[in-house]
Amino acid sequence: MINCNAARQHLGISLLTLLAVLGTSACSSSQPGSDIRLQGAGATFPNPIYQKWFSEYNKSHPNLKFDYQSIGSGAGITQISEGTVDFGGTDAPMKEEHLKAAKGPILHIPTVLGADVITYNLPGLSAELKLTPETIAGIFLGTIKKWNDPQIAASNPDVNLPVSDITVIHRSDGSGTTFVFTDYLSKVSPEWKEKVGANTSVNWPVGEGAKGNEGVTGRVKQSPNTIGYVELIYAEQNKLPYAAVRNAAGEFVRPSLESITAAAASVAGQMPDDLRVSITNPPGANAYPIASFTYLLVYKEQPDQAKGKALVDFLWWAIHDGEQMAKDMLYAPLPTEVVKKAEQKVDSITHQAKPLRTS
Amino acid sequence: MKSLSTNSNRSTVALPSTKSMPAKLFGSGRLADRLFKLITLSFALAIAGLVVLIIIQMARDSMLSFEKFGFSFIWREIWDPVRSEFGALPFIYGTAVSSILGVLIAVPVSVGVAIFLVEHAPRALATPISFLVQLLAAIPSVVYGLWGIFVLAPLLRDSVYPRIQSAFGFLPLFQGNPTGLGLLTAGIILSIMIVPIITAVTTDVMRAVPRAQPEASLALGATKWEATIVVLQNARSGITGAVILGLGRAVGETMAVTMVIGNRPDISASLFDPAFTIASAIANEFSEATSEIYRHALVELGLILFIITFAINAIARLLVWGATRGHGKAAHA
Repeated sequence: MINCNAARQHLGISLLTLLAVLGTSACSSSQPGSDIRLQGAGATFPNPIYQKWFSEYNKSHPNLKFDYQSIGSGAGITQISEGTVDFGGTDAPMKEEHLKAAKGPILHIPTVLGADVITYNLPGLSAELKLTPETIAGIFLGTIKKWNDPQIAASNPDVNLPVSDITVIHRSDGSGTTFVFTDYLSKVSPEWKEKVGANTSVNWPVGEGAKGNEGVTGRVKQSPNTIGYVELIYAEQNKLPYAAVRNAAGEFVRPSLESITAAAASVAGQMPDDLRVSITNPPGANAYPIASFTYLLVYKEQPDQAKGKALVDFLWWAIHDGEQMAKDMLYAPLPTEVVKKAEQKVDSITHQAKPLRTS
Repeated sequence: MKSLSTNSNRSTVALPSTKSMPAKLFGSGRLADRLFKLITLSFALAIAGLVVLIIIQMARDSMLSFEKFGFSFIWREIWDPVRSEFGALPFIYGTAVSSILGVLIAVPVSVGVAIFLVEHAPRALATPISFLVQLLAAIPSVVYGLWGIFVLAPLLRDSVYPRIQSAFGFLPLFQGNPTGLGLLTAGIILSIMIVPIITAVTTDVMRAVPRAQPEASLALGATKWEATIVVLQNARSGITGAVILGLGRAVGETMAVTMVIGNRPDISASLFDPAFTIASAIANEFSEATSEIYRHALVELGLILFIITFAINAIARLLVWGATRGHGKAAHA
């Protein structure tokens, strides 16, 4: 584009009109039939729904091709910061230091919501487990070692808990899933915050590591007396049980698409302008407390008009039409309040300081 | 093997100078000779250069971690990405112990298979067996890992480890709560993965021993077993090489190990406890290593793995060199 603009400035005035027309079509590839390829990279968690969106959107926009590599949030942040992709994907919002290192202001567009569920393998359990934040922290800190610990028993009076040792399974690879889980534990347990902290990978006090959501799921599924955390969709697809967790309002809430959306809705009022927010341990009475947004990352100022326009139109479509497909694929859709905020972000994307969204 | 290949190199170098195409093309056989020598030399130098460049690049990309921890990185035991505190010892320990366990289990099996194939098996049986052993090497390591998680680990957890524990539980090596994953399971998976290479090389080396050696001992009244020992003695430098090759593969193996070792950067006396290896730590954590120093610490781990592999190869050379000299003496005696 820059070259095209420079070239245009050198053109003779008499030819300006004619060549500008040609120049626009040649440089910005906006003429019908010429392909636009948008490249993205990042989070693995939303990859299934992104792929669905790309293929659905492609049906009505056959000249627009998407290429999303689900290589992890960290890699997505690196690639968008270096400008090697047109959009990035991340579960945890970018840190201040990473935003500063990027080539320009980056916007966070929330797309869908996910949640970590506490899954376990206790053969012959009569009912679903209910866990308090203190119990979860205790188990993952290693201070609660047996399944029949009084702390677990207190919130599960009708359940026959086994006497066996608890085996904690956590992620061995760095992951947004781990970030959400450790972020939650840091909010509910001062001891966790001080000893371990929140990150995509941490120094786990106990347990063994398995690679990927599928690794943790597989490990929990085939070994008795284990407990782990995975994305809701993995527990659901593998028919693993998961615990109801007591939220900040004191209610035990099962993870479900509704309770995850409720978590986002209950903090929508206090969302900061840049939408970078952690929604773990939210105040809502029916909110599941270990949930998070997943974001697409885009530059506020798009370097290429045609690509920028295509990206903006797609983002608008995703937060409206796209949201309708979320539930079928076990992703929680954004609450309407958050869609409104995301709209403003999409509207603010520009090319040469001119907004790209027109219609 | 080695001397053979150098011989064949020499003969190809000699060929063009006499009467082949390049000689005609350049008008002078000597020029073609020199040119060919230069080209091959540049290939050889390129490989050496590549190794040097890799080391330089890795050293540069681990600067931050080296500046912060210095050499203490090697013996620090902590790995805390949140506080940016890193140390390599648990990973070095896990890599070393799992690989050594793998070799300890694999060597008797491999040498046994090789002895059977070379000394005892009828041809009709030897061919399919060696084919099957080779086939083990063709199985992708992720498949070994899956098999490890879903078949081997539950089997070991339910039937094997409790028995080991009831018999040898007084040893610190076998204490704790065996979950099926851990150092010993990783060692067992690794042993299966390195059996093919050790068996193949050992078989080749034993076949290369002149038949006159065992036949002479048989003629002198030795038993079949004693004759086999003679063959093994003659082949021992090659067998050492085979074992080191197996060790090399075990040290660098990533996927299968990470799936069964439990991925926990801890040093614990029990072989039932989870551990972590250098290769699996890099594979697991690199993509989400978001802070600069975290990435540098992982690259430094890679550098250490590089040096370990280098050292293993150097030791292998020394052993083979020592064994061949010893072999010369033994032949005289």
